[in-house]
Amino acid sequence: MDAERRTEHDDKGRWIDPAGGISGGEFAWSQGPPAAEAAIRVENLTAAYGDNVILRDVSFEVTRGEVVVIAGGSGCGKSTLLKHMIGLHPLAGGRVEINGVDIAAAGDRELSLTRQGFGVLFQSGALFGSLTLLENITLPLNDFTSLSPRAANLVARAKLAMVGLAGYENHLPSELSGGMQKRAGLARAMALDPAILFFDEPSAGLDPITAAELDRLIIRINQAMGTTMVIVTHELASIYNIAHRVVMLDKSVLGIIAQGPPKELRDTSSDPRVADFFHRRPSQKQA
Amino acid sequence: MAITGSSKFKMESSPGQSPEELVLSVSGRLDRDGLEPALAQMRQAFGQSKPRKLVIELGHLESLDSAGALALTLMQQEAQALGASTELINLASSAADLKSLLDPAELAKEPLIPEARKQGFVSEVGRAFLDMMGDFKQMIAFLGDFFLASVRAARTPRLVRWKDVALYMERVGVDGLPIVGLISFLLGLIIAFMSSLQLASFGANIFVASLVAVAMVRELGPIMTAVLIAGRSGSSFAAEIGTMKVNEEVDALVVMGYDPAAFLALPKVLASLIVIPLLTLYADLLAIVGGLLVGVLGLDLTVYAYVQQTAKSLSVFDVTSGLVKSLCFAAIIAGVGCQRGFTVRGGAQAVGAATTSAVVTAMFFIIVTDSIFAIVLHYMDW
Ligand SMILES: Nc1ncnc2c1ncn2[C@@H]1O[C@H](COP(=O)(O)OP(=O)(O)OP(=O)(O)O)[C@@H](O)[C@H]1O
Ligand SMILES: [Mg+2]
Repeated sequence: MDAERRTEHDDKGRWIDPAGGISGGEFAWSQGPPAAEAAIRVENLTAAYGDNVILRDVSFEVTRGEVVVIAGGSGCGKSTLLKHMIGLHPLAGGRVEINGVDIAAAGDRELSLTRQGFGVLFQSGALFGSLTLLENITLPLNDFTSLSPRAANLVARAKLAMVGLAGYENHLPSELSGGMQKRAGLARAMALDPAILFFDEPSAGLDPITAAELDRLIIRINQAMGTTMVIVTHELASIYNIAHRVVMLDKSVLGIIAQGPPKELRDTSSDPRVADFFHRRPSQKQA
Repeated sequence: MAITGSSKFKMESSPGQSPEELVLSVSGRLDRDGLEPALAQMRQAFGQSKPRKLVIELGHLESLDSAGALALTLMQQEAQALGASTELINLASSAADLKSLLDPAELAKEPLIPEARKQGFVSEVGRAFLDMMGDFKQMIAFLGDFFLASVRAARTPRLVRWKDVALYMERVGVDGLPIVGLISFLLGLIIAFMSSLQLASFGANIFVASLVAVAMVRELGPIMTAVLIAGRSGSSFAAEIGTMKVNEEVDALVVMGYDPAAFLALPKVLASLIVIPLLTLYADLLAIVGGLLVGVLGLDLTVYAYVQQTAKSLSVFDVTSGLVKSLCFAAIIAGVGCQRGFTVRGGAQAVGAATTSAVVTAMFFIIVTDSIFAIVLHYMDW
């Protein structure tokens, strides 16, 4: 058993996949379109901070290649749901499956491999402040792939070019504007060509033009690479642009009140909370 | 001619319709691992035939990822740099989508700032000197700000955040009691023990008490306490203010009309000025207790004799000069800690650097101040 484990550790003691990692973002068009299987399955997820239950029995699925937006009022638990889905907080109940792996039950190795299969864009970008942009992106490439440093540099530069930051290789994150940091964060999240991308409020704090450009980038990446995306946002314009499906949370039920394509929810939902959201009306309760 | 690549993709080169045309047929799976081999094989084929036109035929490509798309783009770029025109044929539409994410013009951009930020030795020395001068200027500026804040606070004491003063008195003073106490006690023990080895041979056991008392109260008490508190609290002041600086909390204070020096630094400095002399007295006392333990258990002195000798060898001036010293040290520790915090610019790393610098700078100034005291007290004939 030990010999087997050793081959799966690299020299620095990190988990690496002998088969070359879970690669998403790749099109094998000869095999036809991907089957409509679930990339992410959330079953009866309960999330709590101490005794304070934020979400109760939340269940939904995200199919491969789908763009799902998690929406809802401030404080309803969107960020909480995202953090629980990516395994940053232990679940108070239920299960989350990503690429078929139950992340609560997975061992260290399996969890590390699963995490290499998805990328996360944090709300603030979360770039490493002591590293240049290029180094931020080559970090996972050097550690988790067999690429030579030269090739890793090429790939990292390509990712920067993809998000419109060509030329900023040697800048430190603190030398960039907020929107640029966010795009650089996206480039880093995409470093390993993950099959799934999670975004926490990608367009918050961006001007409408930059936000629209980011939306377009998200759409192009989704279409070109078939990347599954889970996006927390409450920008209505973004939601209409990018979402295949919206999952709406609400504080009153500690969970989902509606889900479906955004235009359909706007036009057909009878739930006043959903209608208020899509028509930007103040909540009836407070009015 | 066939050049077999890594196990996943295959590149074959063949002459095209005209003699100056080279056709490269890529088949199989072109992905991350194929990036460098594909480029190398293309260069090799190119070097052999030196064509004017490169045609990349992709009809048998099974899959392509973003790194594979990058390989195709780079192959085109290299060929163009060598003066050949390029053409991709039979590229599946989804692969074309993927490739279109990469804009060749963007890829060709040079870094805006060169990678090597290192300069020659001379300019490094020059920069270091300028940095030092800038540092000095910032310190003077902070001193000025702080002085103004103190004057304002002295005129209207209710402007001082006394709640914070109490909080920092607890953090610096009460929370520091265990470590300061332990170290001083052991120090007293060690001084007494080491000196007794020498003094016992002269039958001068009783002077162990004098030695411990004078050494601690005049020198070691203030210095040891200051060094410990610089490590414990000076660093935490710098980290706290530095993090607030990074999070723009300091900017928020400014625009809300507060003076950051008064709001953040003054309570810390006041608290330190109050508790560090007290901590010093406490350190002196525990060291004497440590010495007493050695004297009574190891040297057959009575408690009464030890205490008597201690009292006899200490003057009021010794105690006050120690306290005045520790007041200066307190100002240095808190002042430097806060000042370093305010200089933070950038991110987490800058906070770490400020923390280190707060401790090192404070210790430097503590030693300098102590030396000045030693000289002045010497000429005052004490
Ligand atoms: N670390 C934490 N500890 C305790 N409670 C928390 C923590 N993080 C969030 N909460 C609570 O969980 C609830 C949901 O917070 P969450 O951040 O998930 O909201 P959100 O839907 O992302 O809101 P927003 O749109 O404003 O970002 C809030 O009531 C908040 O007080
Ligand atoms: Mg949130």
